[in-house]
Amino acid sequence: MNIPGNLKYTKSDEWVDLESGKMGLTDYAQNQLSDIVFVEALVDIDDDLEVGGEISSVESVKASAEVYAPAGGTVVAVNEGLADTPEVINSDPYGAGWLVQVEVSSQSDELMDAAAYEKYCAERE
Amino acid sequence: MTYIPHSPKERDEMLATIGVESLEDLFKAIPAVHRYPDLDLPPALTEMEAAAELSEIALANETTNDLVSFLGAGVYNHYIPAAINHLLLRGEFYTAYTPYQPEISQGTLQAIFEYQSLIANLTGMDVANASHYDGATAVAEAVNMAMSQFRNKRTRIVMSAGVHPQYRATTDTYTQFSDMEIVGAEAGPSSTPDALAELINENTALVVVQYPDFFGRIFDYTKLGETAHEAGALFCVVANPTALGMLKTPGEMGADMVVGEGQPLGIAMSYGGPYLGFFTTREKYVRKMAGRLVGESVDSRGQRAFVLTLTPREQHIKRERATSNICSNQGLLALAAGIYMSLLGQTGMRQVAELCYHKAHYAAERIASIPGFELCHDEPFFHEFAVCCPGSVEEINAHLLEHGFLGGYDLGQDYPELENHMLVAVTEKTSKEEIDALVEILSEVSHD
Repeated sequence: MNIPGNLKYTKSDEWVDLESGKMGLTDYAQNQLSDIVFVEALVDIDDDLEVGGEISSVESVKASAEVYAPAGGTVVAVNEGLADTPEVINSDPYGAGWLVQVEVSSQSDELMDAAAYEKYCAERE
Repeated sequence: MTYIPHSPKERDEMLATIGVESLEDLFKAIPAVHRYPDLDLPPALTEMEAAAELSEIALANETTNDLVSFLGAGVYNHYIPAAINHLLLRGEFYTAYTPYQPEISQGTLQAIFEYQSLIANLTGMDVANASHYDGATAVAEAVNMAMSQFRNKRTRIVMSAGVHPQYRATTDTYTQFSDMEIVGAEAGPSSTPDALAELINENTALVVVQYPDFFGRIFDYTKLGETAHEAGALFCVVANPTALGMLKTPGEMGADMVVGEGQPLGIAMSYGGPYLGFFTTREKYVRKMAGRLVGESVDSRGQRAFVLTLTPREQHIKRERATSNICSNQGLLALAAGIYMSLLGQTGMRQVAELCYHKAHYAAERIASIPGFELCHDEPFFHEFAVCCPGSVEEINAHLLEHGFLGGYDLGQDYPELENHMLVAVTEKTSKEEIDALVEILSEVSHD
């Protein structure tokens, strides 16, 4: 399982890059969901996003899930391309599979670093 | 597995669990005098006696079997081919419910799949759902879908006054606790698409028109649809399926949703339904569509098979995030509509539409020639038209009923400014003799 060291993670399996403000679903999450067939952004550019706010709705062949913001701030970009290629979340969850980018002004106080998140995932196996 | 839901022992266990001694104790909150009232009922009848009494009561009904009907306004007196009831009332269809388990529901699933395909074809759209309760629900669900599509960020719905008044009332019920603002009615009942276009702005989620409109008028809504799309709004057409047998489809006009009442497709007229709401949309919006959807697949042996598909949309999975809380559909009536469309085919649907059209135009011409009566609108119409009468529609209809005629709909009921306006409907069942007889009786009225 891929858990990059430069990112922060949530208990609900989102990642955030506090440098760029990009956020998305973790490798663990995409693997649990299996084939993702539909993504809908629930925020628009210029929206004020709060920590824990819903950023996307994701559907896989198995389930439907909402993605919550690990950090808050003004939305500066939404990955529109995912609407046509949702499977990118499966193949490249930390790269092309990013969901939303914000100008970070707040963050969850429960964010984990890579080591803590790896442990958290292992506990659930 | 026992089908007796609770034995005395289980009942006692349940009572003990909630801490009461007897079933009667559960009703203590109700004053004793109201608990088991004596009902003043006549002695029980045998089945034969009860059937005779009910038949007696039913004789008081006046139906379109006995009356000549010119009443429409959303429900139309079309011929229903005998094959429909023959197939519809088969036990396999008549008792079946939600086909969750495809292994044992292929017949029901295929029936719905065929219905969906036929409706999508008729409306010129990509995909149809398994149906809604009635046309009014389908319209309200279109509004619901638009609200969901824009995540409530756009709060204006532009809805023509030419949309069926009851559909608009149902929409008001749906949206009463939301921030939606529904505009369009103030443009007046005779308004044209151009008047509606002026109401569309950047806050508009949806534009809704009816085709033909409630007054029977036919407009090409292509330009209105373009205006809606330029503002980023969705565009919904409420269509009469019979008319689609001969008219340009709403799909060709750029509609994002086409909805309507499926009753004209082989479903009997009845007071309060059950009827059939059809709902179609573009493929790109399918995940926002309410209701069930049957799709084609293959089974474990590679054979063609049918299943409920895209179910994560539905409220039992998506919960409060689903577009709608309605998934129930009118399976049996969708089947009736499916049989009707497949029996008639494209040619038959066109013939029915043309018969309606030509007979209605004959009737309109004859009625307009009676002194005191005139057509209220100049626009092209399909099988229904508004007539400006020399007196009260209620009185004219009472007079018609004495002659065994069911007159047209009194438009003053819904549009105060349309007092003395009658909406006259003609179908393929209406004969020239009946139209001539109507004209003769109306002529008497005009002489009074």
